Amino acid sequence: MKKYSLPFLTALIILFIWQAAVIVFKIEQWILPAPSQIFIAFWQSRSLIFYHLVPTVTEAIAGLVGAIFVSVFIAVLMERYQIMKKIIYPFLIISQTIPFIILAPLLTLWFGFGFLPKIIIIALVCFFPITINLFDGFQGVDHSILRLLKSMGASQKQIFKLVKLPASLPAFFSGLRIAAAYSILGAVVSEWMGANQGLGIFLIRATKSYLTDRVFAIIGVITILSIGAVLLVEIIARISIPWHYNKLKVKS
Amino acid sequence: MKKPPKLGIKNLSVTFETEIIKNISFKVDEGEIVSIIGPSGCGKSTLFNAISGILDQDKGSIEIDGSTEDQRQGRFGYMFQEPLLFPWLKVWENVMLGFEIKGLEKKQAKTKAVDLLKKFDLFRQANFYPDGLSGGMKQKAALLRTIAFNSDILLLDEPFGSLDAITRSALHLYLLEIWKKLKLTIIFTTHDIREAIFLSDRVYVLSKKPATVITSIKIDLSRPRKIEDQTSEKFVEIERKLMSLL
Repeated sequence: MKKYSLPFLTALIILFIWQAAVIVFKIEQWILPAPSQIFIAFWQSRSLIFYHLVPTVTEAIAGLVGAIFVSVFIAVLMERYQIMKKIIYPFLIISQTIPFIILAPLLTLWFGFGFLPKIIIIALVCFFPITINLFDGFQGVDHSILRLLKSMGASQKQIFKLVKLPASLPAFFSGLRIAAAYSILGAVVSEWMGANQGLGIFLIRATKSYLTDRVFAIIGVITILSIGAVLLVEIIARISIPWHYNKLKVKS
Repeated sequence: MKKPPKLGIKNLSVTFETEIIKNISFKVDEGEIVSIIGPSGCGKSTLFNAISGILDQDKGSIEIDGSTEDQRQGRFGYMFQEPLLFPWLKVWENVMLGFEIKGLEKKQAKTKAVDLLKKFDLFRQANFYPDGLSGGMKQKAALLRTIAFNSDILLLDEPFGSLDAITRSALHLYLLEIWKKLKLTIIFTTHDIREAIFLSDRVYVLSKKPATVITSIKIDLSRPRKIEDQTSEKFVEIERKLMSLL
């Protein structure tokens, strides 16, 4: 706990200075509301925020799950077949130079304003870090271990199941952690293209109405959601690969 | 009729860009411990890779119990200098792996692994992850995994090379105990002359690359051997003789 006390204190001090500055310099509320006002705005619009939070979170989860399936499929394919690696890998890298958000209008054109185009956007944003990390994880397996298993007469299938899959889990979770943060971002931005409900559209509306305190409140909620998503992945990782964290502990 | 050797290598050559092994022949009788010593990088590991069937030999034959087997992968218990335990598996699960690859059912494999750990003094560490173990313990676990693989011939490639002297002697005794109880045949590489003498019935000396057998020496020290034997006159004499050859 002591580890977190210093950053926590720092955050409190910043909030305090912010609050004091707004009062002392009499800053207009529509430019920069004080933390207290933001909190009040949050509290007053809590049911509205919750109403808009549900679809955003649902989209993020659906998009992320979709991305996981696609990533595992692509990574395993590239791992198993050298030719697939040669075909897919360059496209994978090039795909990263495309900001997927620019595809949003096109997807809207094809699929309308519903759930599907948003999930596609989120999955597109999220799949890359998972795929690359997982694939690197497969590639990074200790060659001596592979030699050992071959000497034992293990089949390719056994080698994959017994070694490559577990060995690549830490890398997979590193990718997933990044993707989890992207998923919330992707959901919010995809809603800017058009939606009836969602934190993204709620944020736009609040901005257009000069409800700056509400804008801040929504930004705060989105931030907390992103942190929450990463934490959730972290918890799942700690439960599923305890050995990896033991190793880090031993090393440090 | 005389029983054929457990492992018979005849005129084995391996070329891999350059010639690594040249015309090596030796035999290992059932229940023997044989050491192969030679300078670092002389091709000891290549020799083992060829014997275990990971690598193809160019020439020569490899016979087990008097008959050649082309499919030798999975025939030997093979152990390397690094323990190569899987960090995601607990010690007992690592040991169990040998049984599993052999196609044993999970439940049966577990019982056998636990038995082995109990029998050879590693049961207290059964639930540890490898990264929580000392170097010596890791090698013990790796050795048990090799044995769990259920082969009566072990190929040990400098298994104690990275351990400190004290741990290494402890592991020598550990290996000898396992060898005696399970009646194994062991082929062992090392560049430590004393280690080779202490453990073996016979020592083969390899030359620099391309490796050939320079000579073999029978070690007629009585068994069971004790650490103190290493200071006996006979031991020192053999050591001197081997040193002059290397």
